[in-house]
Amino acid sequence: MAVQPPVTPDIRRTMIAAVLLGIGFMAAIDEIIFHQILAWHHFIDTGSSALALASDGILHTMELVLFIVGAFMMIELHGRAAQAPGYRGPGFLLGMGGFQTFDGIVDHKILGLHQVRYVEHVWLYDIAWIGAGLVVLAIGWKLLQRARRGQATSQH
Amino acid sequence: MTAHSTLHAPMAMGVTSAAAWLLIACLWLVYIAGVWRTRRQKPWPRWRMLLFTLGCATLVAAFMPSLMHAAHQDVRWHMVQHLLLGMFAPLGLVFAAPMTLLLRNLPPGGARRLVRFLGTWPVRVLTHPVTALIFDIGGMYLLYMTPLYAQSLTTPWLANVLHLHFVLSGTLFTWAIAGPDPAPHRPGWRMRMGVLIVAMAAHATLGKLLYAFGFPRGTGAGLEELQQAAMWMYYWGDLAEAALVVALMLAWLRRRQRMARHLNAASLDTHTG
Repeated sequence: MAVQPPVTPDIRRTMIAAVLLGIGFMAAIDEIIFHQILAWHHFIDTGSSALALASDGILHTMELVLFIVGAFMMIELHGRAAQAPGYRGPGFLLGMGGFQTFDGIVDHKILGLHQVRYVEHVWLYDIAWIGAGLVVLAIGWKLLQRARRGQATSQH
Repeated sequence: MTAHSTLHAPMAMGVTSAAAWLLIACLWLVYIAGVWRTRRQKPWPRWRMLLFTLGCATLVAAFMPSLMHAAHQDVRWHMVQHLLLGMFAPLGLVFAAPMTLLLRNLPPGGARRLVRFLGTWPVRVLTHPVTALIFDIGGMYLLYMTPLYAQSLTTPWLANVLHLHFVLSGTLFTWAIAGPDPAPHRPGWRMRMGVLIVAMAAHATLGKLLYAFGFPRGTGAGLEELQQAAMWMYYWGDLAEAALVVALMLAWLRRRQRMARHLNAASLDTHTG
């Protein structure tokens, strides 16, 4: 009987795939809940420059592509039993939080593509939006530290 | 719109529908005949046959007289027709691998000549993903951002050319990016993924530009109608493009798995050998 070569979990690729899935998941929530169901967000604000619209087009495309790429990377890792289990959650949360924070600062404030909601005191919504992103980022970071410590003491 | 074109438009459209349907029926019959002829060598996958049938059915639906008529009156229905012709029908037609089927049906000499023809530089330039991108997305910018679209509403032959352009450029693009037919001269995976991303971003940006600035102009359509059309283009376009990304990633996955198997086999050899 031939000995199967031992499979070492691929931490780097697991992290990349999980982050991509997290970004895509958060973007999907944004698109489905805030744009479509609640209709808080507008498709665009009138007065957005063509350049801002192009950057929005690029961002939207990357969300979709990265989500699919992340899913296929996970499938591929799973196929050769190389997922690093402790790193999936942290990667996913870091991707989610990172996207939420980026969306709140760059899309809503710097590019001004659309606001969280069209009400007075939109800054309250902005703080909640960006704050939620930062909280998720922090939890992801915490879990990542834990995964790293776990890795140092045992294989799982 | 002039009285002249209102009177003649329905008749011209009826002719277009009939001609298009006849052409599609011929195309479908040729494909099925090819499958039937070679059934004893190696059965052709049923799902490819189904895909070709779905692609043809999508084209038939897009050329229905009632849809042609609605598309003439309303930009939203035009957008539905555009999505069917240029984005969804090509998915069915291309992933049915018609070129593979054709090669299988040709005598060896003919197949070799066809392959050689596909390798000549004009064909290689034409079927390059970047060329396909320019035809497909560039054509769309030209159509919607210039008076060309308004012109097509009053010029029947121009409308027919545009329909044909949608089908051909959509099919060319889909084939150049993720076609399953053997294509020895096709650029690598990275290049194709890159071009696909550029195309998707350009398509999404066009959707937002149409929405923001009320294009296409000169049609007499209200802003709300134009914006709805733009949003349909944006979201339904996503779906067709996502299918292309999935097709490319499936090819990537298969290659990785093949590589892993080779590696495994090699390491097994050293373990046992």
